[in-house]
Amino acid sequence: MTILYFARIREAVGVGEERIELPEGVASVTDLVDWLATRHPIFAERDRLRVAVDQVMADFYTPIGDASEIAFFPPVTGG
Amino acid sequence: MIRVCVSSEDFDVGAETALLSSDGVGGLATFIGVVRGGSGLVSMRLEHYPAMTERALETLAESAIARWPLDAVTITHRVGELVPGDQIVFVGTASAHRAAALESCAYLIDRLKTDAPFWKSERFADGATKWVEARDSDDEAAARWG
Repeated sequence: MTILYFARIREAVGVGEERIELPEGVASVTDLVDWLATRHPIFAERDRLRVAVDQVMADFYTPIGDASEIAFFPPVTGG
Repeated sequence: MIRVCVSSEDFDVGAETALLSSDGVGGLATFIGVVRGGSGLVSMRLEHYPAMTERALETLAESAIARWPLDAVTITHRVGELVPGDQIVFVGTASAHRAAALESCAYLIDRLKTDAPFWKSERFADGATKWVEARDSDDEAAARWG
């Protein structure tokens, strides 16, 4: 699975993309955030974190299922 | 007609408007976002999520067409380095009815600010850079459309 990071999250993690084997028991976005928090301290700051699953805006309750790409980023600031 | 475009190149407002106004539609509403100067801002860099951005903008345009009787929607958004005064975003709607054009244009720019994967980083005269923080007022503006 590909994990993408954008903006402040990318800077905190240090890379824009990681390929991971989904650990046993990680079924939803919130499970993945818990696991990522053990590797990247920025993932403890959940209120500043937004997520897209396979390029569609999602939330922490979204199941990961067969998703191939999950992206994490701060609240968007376009327009 | 839906047209979305994400580009580092500037856009021509006349050309964007002409795309909307074919077939003698009744009215057009347009919004043009421009980089705001002041506070020592030298430049702004717009990052986005290339694989997702155009699809997110199309989904937004489709949601406007589902809600108002529109003939055309265009959304053009710049990415990359911009300086104060540069155009960032063009949103245009075309409808037989002015209320539909005006309301849907306001809807699109409000929702774009909360639903499309863009992030702004500002660079100041003293060399400092700062990510622009999302504002609660933007969430409230988007939420008023339900």
